[in-house]
This record gives sequence, structure tokens and C-alpha cells, in this order.
Amino acid sequence: MPTPQPAAAPPHPSGDKRFKLLEVAMRKHQFRADALIEVLHAAQQLFGYLELDLLLFVARGLKLPPSRVYGVATFYHFFSLKPRGKHTCVVCTGTACYVKGADALLAALRAEAGVGPGETTADGVLSVLTARCLGACGVAPAAVLDGTVKGYQTPATLLADVKGWVTGGPR
Amino acid sequence: MDLADLRAIADAERAARPPAEIRCCTAAGCASADAPAVLATLKTAVAAAGLGDRVRAVGVGCMRLCSQGPLVAVEPAGALYQKVTTESAGSVVAGLTGGAVTAEPLDPRAPFFARQSSVVLENSGRIEPERVESYVAADGYLGLYRAVREMTPAEVVAAVTASGLRGRGGAGYPTGVKWATVAKNPGERKYVVCNADEGDPGAFMNRSVLESDPHKVLEGMAVAGYAVGAAQGYVYCRGEYPLAIDRLTTAIKQATKLGLLGTHVFGTPFDFRIDVRIGAGAFVCGEETALMASIMGGRGTPTPRPPYPAESGLWGMPTLLNNVETFANVPRIVRDGPEWFAALGTPTSPGTKVFCLTGKVANTGLVEVPLGTPLRTIVEGIGGGAPGGTIKAVQTGGPSGGCVPAELLDTPVDYESLGTIGSIMGSGGMIVMDQTSDMVDVARYFMEFCMDESCGKCVPCRAGTVQLHRLLSRVLDGTAGAEEMERLEALCHMVKDTSLCGLGQTAPNPTLSTLRYFRREYEAKLHPGTRAQRLRLPMVSANGPGGHAP
Repeated sequence: MPTPQPAAAPPHPSGDKRFKLLEVAMRKHQFRADALIEVLHAAQQLFGYLELDLLLFVARGLKLPPSRVYGVATFYHFFSLKPRGKHTCVVCTGTACYVKGADALLAALRAEAGVGPGETTADGVLSVLTARCLGACGVAPAAVLDGTVKGYQTPATLLADVKGWVTGGPR
Repeated sequence: MDLADLRAIADAERAARPPAEIRCCTAAGCASADAPAVLATLKTAVAAAGLGDRVRAVGVGCMRLCSQGPLVAVEPAGALYQKVTTESAGSVVAGLTGGAVTAEPLDPRAPFFARQSSVVLENSGRIEPERVESYVAADGYLGLYRAVREMTPAEVVAAVTASGLRGRGGAGYPTGVKWATVAKNPGERKYVVCNADEGDPGAFMNRSVLESDPHKVLEGMAVAGYAVGAAQGYVYCRGEYPLAIDRLTTAIKQATKLGLLGTHVFGTPFDFRIDVRIGAGAFVCGEETALMASIMGGRGTPTPRPPYPAESGLWGMPTLLNNVETFANVPRIVRDGPEWFAALGTPTSPGTKVFCLTGKVANTGLVEVPLGTPLRTIVEGIGGGAPGGTIKAVQTGGPSGGCVPAELLDTPVDYESLGTIGSIMGSGGMIVMDQTSDMVDVARYFMEFCMDESCGKCVPCRAGTVQLHRLLSRVLDGTAGAEEMERLEALCHMVKDTSLCGLGQTAPNPTLSTLRYFRREYEAKLHPGTRAQRLRLPMVSANGPGGHAP
């Protein structure tokens, strides 16, 4: 393990308090370069997504080239460089869910909200995403609505749940 | 902390246990079916009925039949209830004093439960995963005590070798040999890593073990640390498993506080610290070199082996990497000796294996059986067969595995037998398919998975999976002919033979195994015309879903 670096990142000019919290997270790992993924997890939790400016802040804090931080942030599915909608609907596309009809759920969402996987409605309310297995195979097909796992979904039950979030309808 | 202290904790825990216990599953499967509310209702009902001194309601881990959750068990009466709701939960408590129970009963002697074994899952559904005392009362940490106080590191390695335990992550490498290699390799520091990056879609046994019995895995890692001479361990857990991460973190804190982890374990000079590292959603990180790159904060891309992690792993130091289930087998091997373990299963594949039985099967959930059990016993005897249909194939090993056709269901499930028929044991996912599944579509599904998850480092995998996916889409569209079929097969072998890591080397397996057993389904879709005619046909199916989320 590399020796701890006593460095401290310069404060962010915006004065946004969340940057302070992020710095605390970096300090917890002694600003070690190998804590990059932990720090990005913390950053995404604080800000919702990873803006370029935020990535630069992390790069300076951990004394890493921006290319390395950008490379890691874009490598992992978990990190998002774009803002997500206010609500998220994650449809599991793991094998068990696939066998039990996850594609019908996605098709229904596309018909109702007009967005496919990885897209957000134009009004920024609903993001539709897919996940490769949530480990909830026992209750397949599963979907996660704003962090709550729901099992045994059908197009009808899923649409009933997201109805309130869909304002525009299909485009 | 010494043996007397450990026994005192266990005795106090047992003494505090009231005569009856109502256990409610709180693992992720049941939790998504409202189990936390059911548990709260049970607790309130116990208090309201004034039974507080005789009965207690506790949250436990997985009771295996995930599709019927939330499950509630009443001990020592041995009653089991399924799909318990907040409305019916109160009646389970009333049942203890002779009231009518409206919750749906489940027969614990049904084949699903009766034909299973309990080694890895022995505590699952019985102990409280969030309390170390509960694990200690189930003889927990006695294995670690024996190891550090009564055995030399070499004796621990010898015991694991004698048990014949093989890696439960799928490859089946002898665990004892791996431990011995790390133990003898020189290094100023050594590391123990637990691979909990269970990325195979359709597999959730590791999640279940971590949520139901996290201390077992920690104990196994600490024994490994002692055996190979490591003072630091990492659990690399998928970010998709927040509950497992929570329970692991709690367990590490509790064990450290009791002196079971940390400095001077059981008062000996042996120090062992465990940290959790959270994955960020990359399937390739299940590959050991990619996993280590990720622990060190980099992109999860694999590197060529050798050097193997046992020589040069984390920060260039000798590193022992094992799967969650492998570590979970260790405490009992050390505590009770290797002989009983070697007696289970088959001579070449001893012990038990946990499988996740899902898909078109009546009983979905966790299944633990001795290795060598015929596939038919698992999917028909325990799983209850395909409801309203017939089993067409069973997919084992996830995107690296293959499809076993119905006529080969009598194959014993062990490392060698599954390999002979073109599949692999894998980490334990078992997905049952019935007549409604189109095998070419299944092959394309897995190819799409590998295409999305390829890290892009080596060309055969990065470009090969894209081309294979395209060819499979053409077959499905009816725009492929005999020529494309030939190219499909040739490319499968090329990708298999020339890719850098396990992901690419095994990506063609689902396609190859469906070609082997369901070739007629492919041929029925081929276009009879000439190549020129086919190329004029439009391709209907676009690339599948992208855009991933945690």
C-alpha cells in the first residue's frame, strides 16, 4: 500500500458544502489514489451524478491525472456522468427475469413513457434503466422503483406504478 | 478473548433464548416482499399478547424458498408459513396459544426442503445475521480458535487440502493447493481477498450467504489469513447488494470489537483486518486480475496470467483469492476436521454446492445438495419441474456456461461431468427453460451480455462478441444462411481460443452448447436463398438494451 499523503485538496470555488463533505470522504482514505472508486461512490451519492468539474476536483484531491479519473468513472456502469431523472425505474434483465418476460416490461415502458433503457423523459422526470441481475431471481421478473425492489412484475402492475411519473405519454 | 470468553458469550446467548422463537426471513428476496413490515407486526403481536417472556420474534436469513416469501418459521414447533402478510402475521402469534392461523402453511417435510443438505447454509434462516452472539451460539469462531491456538499454519493448509475442497467460484481449482502456493511465496505483506462480485445473472447464492451468515465468511477469511500469513483481507462485494454490504460491515465491526478480528486475534500475535470494497457494476471484475485492479482503484481490466495472484497480486504481493462459498466452507472443515467434508459428495468433487434454482420451475430459490447429485433430482425432485410444461433445458454457469438439454438431466452435477457435456458448474446459477424458450434467442441474450460487459482490452473479445451477436441476430431474423452459420461457429472457436481472460474465453459457451444440442432450432431459421439475396433483406432486430444501472 502506498504511504499516506498528507495533502489536502484546495476548497472548491463554488462554496458548495457538498464539496467539503467529499473532501472529508477523501481524507478518510488519506487521499490515497487507490481509494478512487470509494471516493467516486461518495461523490455520486452526494451529487447524484459525476459532472466533469466534480471529476477534476477528485483528480486534484487524490493527485491523479484527470484521464485516470475519467477512465475509471466511465468504465463502471454504476457511475453516471449525466443527470438522472427525478424518478428511476430499473428493470432487471438478468437471466431469470429475461426468461420470465423482462422484455415485455421494457416494451410497455417504451409505449407508455416513450423512453428506452438508459434514457430519461424530456421533462426529466423518469429515467428507465436496466440492471444485470439484482439477485432477486426468486421473485422474477423484478423492477426497482426509486430504490424499492418490486417482484413479480407484469406490464400492467409496472405501468400502474410509474403512471404518476409519466406526464407526456409516448412521443 | 479466549475459549472461555467465547463459550461464555454462547452460553449467555442460549440462556437468554425463550422457549419459542418466531423467525422471519429478512434477506433481500423476502425483503422485497415486505418482510420488514411483517417482522415488525410479529414483534408487536408478541408484545401485545403478553408473550414477551416465552416467545420472541427475530429477523433471520434466507430460508431458501424465495418465490414464496416472506417465509416465517415457528420453532421448536417446526411450523413454516409462506407469503405471510402484515394481515396474517398476527395469527401466527395467536397460533402459539391455540388460536387459528390464517397464514398459508408450508410443509417443511416437502421434497424441496427434505432433499437438501445443510453445510454452507447450516445457519441460514436460523441465526440472526446482525448479531455476532447469535453466530457464536451456533459454534461460530470455534474453527478460528482451533486454527490460531491449536494448529500451525501448515496444519491448517494440510486440513483444507485433505478435505478436497475446490473453488466454488466455478473453476474448481483445489483450494488447499492455492493456499499452499500463497503460503510458500515470499512477500513482505500478503492479502486475502473474498470474491463477492457475483455478476452472473440468475445467481444469488453469495448474496444470500452474506446476508444470512456474514460471520461465517469472515471466519473463513481469517483462517485463510492465518494459514497463508496475511494480515489484511478484502471483501469485494457487488454494489448491487446494499443489504449484503450493510450486514458485512456490521459483522466486521462486531467481530473486531470482540477481538475475533483486528489485532491479536484470540490473544495470539496474529493480526487480521478485513475491509469491504464495493464494486461499481462491471461483470468483468469477477475475473481475479480485474478484481484486483478494481480494489486498487483502477479500471477493472484483466492482465495476462502468469504471474498468478498467488505470486503477484494486490500491490505486487502474494494474494489469495477465493469465492464467498469457498470461505464459508472453511470454518467447519477446521473445526470438525476434513474427514466428514471429504465424505460428502464425490471423490473428485467433495462437499456440497449451493445453487440458485430459477426460471420456469415450480420452486424457485436456494438449493444446497452434495456434489454429484443428478441434475434431475435438483430441477424435478427439489424444484418440482416446470409448471404447466416440460423442461427443455437447464442453463448452468451463466454467460460462461451452457445449456444442458432435457435428455441429459441425469448427468451428475460435479465439475468434470458438466464440463464433459459442454457446460460448466459456474458459481451456481441454474435457470430452467421450458418449451416457450427459443434457444437461439437464449444464445443471443448471453452474447449480448458478454458484448456489453467486455472490458475492451483485447480484440477477440471486444470485436468478436459484437460480430457473434450480429450473426446470432441474423439467424433470429431469418437473414442468415449456411455460410453465416459456418462463420458463427468458426468465430466462436476463435474468440474462445484467443481471448485474454475468462470472460472472452467462455463467452461463446452458451452459443456452442445450443449449437451442439439445439442445432435444429438454428437450421429451421436459416434463409434458403443466395448470399446476395439475403444481404438485401433488412435486419429487423436492433441491438438490445443498453444503459445500465446499479
